[in-house]
Amino acid sequence: MSLDLPTGVERRRFDGRGRLATRGDPVYGEPQDADGWRAWDAGRSKLGAMLELGMDVGLVGGEGVLYLGAASGTTVSHVADFAGPTYAVEFAPRPTRDLLSVAESRPNLFPLLKDAREPRTYAHVVEADLDCIVQDVATRGQARVALRNRQFLASDGRLLAAIKARSEDVLDDPETVFENTLEALREGYEILETQRLDRFHDDHLAVVAEPRSEMAAER
Amino acid sequence: MSGSSPEQTGWFSDLDPGDLEAATTAISEGEADRPEHWPTRAVQSGFATDEDDYYEALHEATLVATREAVRSRERADDQQLTHAIRAMDDTERTANELAERLAEWAGSLAERSGSDNGTRSTDALGGIDGARAVTEWTPQSPAEERVVSLARRVVDLDDERAELRSFVESHAPEVAPNLAAMAGPVLAARLLSLAGGLESLAKKPAGTVQVLGAEDALFAHLRGRGSSPKHGVIFTHEYVRGTHPDNRGSAARAFAGKLAIAARIDHYSGEYKQSVHDDLNERIRAIREREVGE
Repeated sequence: MSLDLPTGVERRRFDGRGRLATRGDPVYGEPQDADGWRAWDAGRSKLGAMLELGMDVGLVGGEGVLYLGAASGTTVSHVADFAGPTYAVEFAPRPTRDLLSVAESRPNLFPLLKDAREPRTYAHVVEADLDCIVQDVATRGQARVALRNRQFLASDGRLLAAIKARSEDVLDDPETVFENTLEALREGYEILETQRLDRFHDDHLAVVAEPRSEMAAER
Repeated sequence: MSGSSPEQTGWFSDLDPGDLEAATTAISEGEADRPEHWPTRAVQSGFATDEDDYYEALHEATLVATREAVRSRERADDQQLTHAIRAMDDTERTANELAERLAEWAGSLAERSGSDNGTRSTDALGGIDGARAVTEWTPQSPAEERVVSLARRVVDLDDERAELRSFVESHAPEVAPNLAAMAGPVLAARLLSLAGGLESLAKKPAGTVQVLGAEDALFAHLRGRGSSPKHGVIFTHEYVRGTHPDNRGSAARAFAGKLAIAARIDHYSGEYKQSVHDDLNERIRAIREREVGE
């Protein structure tokens, strides 16, 4: 697990165990140490799991991020701790209420109650040429969401997606679902790396991808 | 930044930097075909002095706009559903009651009249369908005018009931995705209405959810009369009704347990969670496979 963590993410010791951590206001009762670092629970965060597994996510710290499916803000709070401007899109009102309190103490975090399948409804707020899209949406058509939001990414930006098999098809074999989703993704992205997150999250595939240059911005 | 297509406008265009109300509207209702480098544009247009200033304004505006959007979406939700399901039950009960009265009255007129003969049959006057038949009559007397008019009200009420039902069916999954998927939208709305909202349903123990709607039987039991009720409104669900009577208590218990969990997920997280549904299906299958005494 020797990889370059983004600046602002460090491995710190909590209860005698080395864990990922960022600096910021605590959000979900996670352990903190005396220097203001708070543990990043990989079991509750797919991006956390991707870092824990040593995937090359291409983050260095300070980048502009669009986070799709921010939910209550558990992961996005850590992202905002080390990234630059962070746009958090979430569709369900109830978790967005929690996301708001996470955003209050983080001036670089911009919460939006919007549907990630409809980028038109937030393209007037979210800026272009972002360095990274983090996608964790529990909806059917996860590849379509990634393709539609590709317009926000810079040509050398990264898509970090956690594909959830059960959101596409409950009955189908996860492997088949992942293959189909990756196939659909290739329409607009170059897949750089994939890895199952089963150690932390059942039936999830982590995908690191880059926008394909030959395709002009879609929609 | 392809430059060739028409200029896009950001949320801040034509906005007074201090006007949060207008900013809220712009963020909630605005649209653009594609993103631009908004921070740069905002500085160029004079909305912000520099990028930091822009991000500060954006942070404030998104917080206010999103808080407002959450409030209005939530306000809409579980209470509206509760009202709708109660209104649906009221219209149904009232329509049936009026239809009974109408059948009695119209029956007295159908027999002696012969003018639009054939179309007036005495044996098809009961219920809502009977009322529909009566609206086709051509009134021959002041009494018949009243009967036909009353029949129209009954049919209108029944149409309204159908509209309310489809409202419930389309809104329940938005309010409580897990509960609606598990119980079906109408039963989900009924549980919400009996509990007094999603929050109070989420705080009820499974045993209470199991007997919601069977309060009379429950209190009779608690006073020492009768056995304890096995199920309340959840009886209307296939998982309970479709299970052999010997196993119904178990099915109702399992179902109520998962409904209580579904309500909690809906209230505290609001996201659809597949595993709870799979668990329940598996459990009901196991219960139904049990031997039943003849």
